[in-house]
Amino acid sequence: MAEAQKPPKDPARHSTYLPSEKKSTKPFHPTPMLDQLEGGPWPSFVTGLKRLAHENNMMVDLLGQLEYSYKTRLGYWKGGTVSVFGYGGGIIPRFSEVASMFPESKEFHTLRVQPPAGNHYTTKILRQLSNSWNKWGSGLIAFHGQTGNIMFIGSTTENTQHFFDEINEYGFDLGGAGPCVRTAMSCVGAARCEQSCTNEHRLHRTLVNNFIDDMHRPALPYKFKFKVSGCPNDCMNSIQRADFAVIGTWRDDMQVDQKGVKDYIASHGRKYTIDNVITRCPTKALSLNDDDTLEVDNKSCVRCMHCINVMTKALKPGKDRGVSVLIGGKRTLKIGDTMGTVIVPFMKMETDEDFEKIRNLAATVIDFWAENGLEHERCGEMIERIGLANFLEGIGIEVDPNMIAHPRTSSYVRMDDWDQEAQKWVERQKQDRAQKEKSA
Amino acid sequence: MNQVVQSKPAEKKPMRQPIESGCPDGMQYMHPLMVKNFGKWKYHDRPRPGVLHHVAYSGDEIWTVRVGTQRQLGPYEINLLCDIVDKYGEGYVRFTIRSNLEVMVSKWEKVGPLIQAFNDAGYPVGGTGNSVTMISHTQGWLHCDIPGTDASGVVKSLMDELYAEFVREEMPNRVHITTSCCQINCGGQGDIAINIQHTKPPKINHDLVANVCERPSVVARCPVAAIRPAMVNGKPSLEVDEKKCICCGACYPPCPPMQINDPVHSKLAIWVGGKNSNARSKPMFQKLVAAGLPNNPPRWPEVAEVVKKILYTYKKDARHWERVGDWVERIGWPRFFELTGLPFTKFHIDNWRGARNSLNASAHIRF
Repeated sequence: MAEAQKPPKDPARHSTYLPSEKKSTKPFHPTPMLDQLEGGPWPSFVTGLKRLAHENNMMVDLLGQLEYSYKTRLGYWKGGTVSVFGYGGGIIPRFSEVASMFPESKEFHTLRVQPPAGNHYTTKILRQLSNSWNKWGSGLIAFHGQTGNIMFIGSTTENTQHFFDEINEYGFDLGGAGPCVRTAMSCVGAARCEQSCTNEHRLHRTLVNNFIDDMHRPALPYKFKFKVSGCPNDCMNSIQRADFAVIGTWRDDMQVDQKGVKDYIASHGRKYTIDNVITRCPTKALSLNDDDTLEVDNKSCVRCMHCINVMTKALKPGKDRGVSVLIGGKRTLKIGDTMGTVIVPFMKMETDEDFEKIRNLAATVIDFWAENGLEHERCGEMIERIGLANFLEGIGIEVDPNMIAHPRTSSYVRMDDWDQEAQKWVERQKQDRAQKEKSA
Repeated sequence: MNQVVQSKPAEKKPMRQPIESGCPDGMQYMHPLMVKNFGKWKYHDRPRPGVLHHVAYSGDEIWTVRVGTQRQLGPYEINLLCDIVDKYGEGYVRFTIRSNLEVMVSKWEKVGPLIQAFNDAGYPVGGTGNSVTMISHTQGWLHCDIPGTDASGVVKSLMDELYAEFVREEMPNRVHITTSCCQINCGGQGDIAINIQHTKPPKINHDLVANVCERPSVVARCPVAAIRPAMVNGKPSLEVDEKKCICCGACYPPCPPMQINDPVHSKLAIWVGGKNSNARSKPMFQKLVAAGLPNNPPRWPEVAEVVKKILYTYKKDARHWERVGDWVERIGWPRFFELTGLPFTKFHIDNWRGARNSLNASAHIRF
């Protein structure tokens, strides 16, 4: 159960604080249901809304409408068309259906703004954004929406333009809304994580900033999302939530500090280590030697990250790092959930050319999907409809056994040109071997 | 540049052209130690719940204090939090994907006073490692155009209940809870997911359909082809084959006169075992375990009860490092329903495409 909340030391500097002075001219609506969300130990968004309602009439009526929703168990916002000059998207228009009761919040639009890659802020820039929004909007900001945007919630049509003009001058730009490339996300990554296998922030900006026109002027079959996670822990949920997921990985042996392994066993016990590290390896690639050193069968390791997560001081990703690209993740609508599936098992991501290569891949994928996707069909749904092999042919990528969980189990397929296809594989293997010898 | 046009857009003053700068570079707002050691971190540990400690190859160390927020922040909250960061921290923050504020400092000595200052201001420190971290949520009645329920209210009432699990690290592994106000499920996959589940077909306002909806798109949107164009009362409209309809609400966003939300019949369902991480098992989708829970604002007590039942069964029964999905895979679904006391029904058996893959095609049976 909830822990009892201590009385605040300084009530004016506390999450339960309410101003004594009311600057808004409109009287408050009674909000008996929302009031019940002010108690309890977790910081209350209702108290926050009430503070704003002390400042402006828009929030007085917003609270009224929200209470009305709580009472009637229905939502009362409708969409529409609002954008800023030069753009076609980036704003979520909201017009109230109950404006006769709550006229001050009849227009309550949200601006989706792209946060800095990795969601880094100084207090200075946070205050600056807050001040700008307090000037042109309701003052209410969500850090962050599910797609990753900073959501500036609550403004009139006219003020969305003024607000955008102001923050655009100091480096912020709108995100995506509608059938377009959407705002991307990247994890903290190389900035503060030893498990990072790539420069997530550079990848994030390389990908999304190349499609800024496709973001601001929605003209694709449906939404398209990029997400970048620095390792297979996938803190950005990219595999399930991104049409184009980039996940850091490595292809050489993982790094093992045997002293670190011994220290871990010394402090946690041998049985605990066996039960929680060795036997948890999904491909049985780990073995504990009699002298408490760790043996890793790196050829069987699938880079799941479990042992590295547990023994943070002893184990690390390898040194030959890069990324995997998985395409087609999305939630329910319309064919049911899909995880992204492997399209590129490994790509180096170090030189400018490497970044150029992934940018071109993304462009090829978006072009092919824009050409072949049906209206309101996500990239993953299109792949489901046309089959992975056709998609690969369309974007010019060769098949790879890393793309599948297992080969087909159904014999219902025409295989007229089996011999040519088999020959392609043989040729590619030959080339790969030659490539390896050259670089070795 | 930023002169305010005094509500006379008709003036010939040229409109300002946007600067299409896209995603800003995070480096300019990043803690200097993170810039200096970018890509050169050696290891991390967690000295206490809510605090991460990262060590770089250079020998530099950085501590991160993770703070739970209400996600929706106004100027008071932003300034309050920033004042604390400026006084006790070093002016640099970031947000996690689950709306936690992270404050980075270069000295361990700063961590204690920083935590104290946040706690004194009513903000919890936690959400790291094997805790129940902040529930990821959507917009709900506050701002969405199609919500079946609220988001912030559900999260606030649940986090009140789970507060102790946020500030401690006592779960078998991390627990990610999500909420979604419609079946589109913007909240995404979660160890425990709380999602709206409609139980009745849309109620159609035939007077409005022809004017508001692009009818062929609406017909195409239906996953089970239950919608067809029809003339109703002499007006072009749409009709729904209610026997076919799965009440998913996919027709409602493109056609608001097809109201799917219902104060009584829009229920809440609970799903478990979703995970995006590749650790141990491959990423997993969440599975339905409970449904028919009333949409009961302002505190949704029935939902909290089921969530806590599942959560504390998991806490008691799962092994270290097992996520909810890993745990259920080990103990099996019969045991899950037995331990949680939740009813198992015919609705738990999937019948959507690919459903055969979810059946037990083996003699592996648990008793």
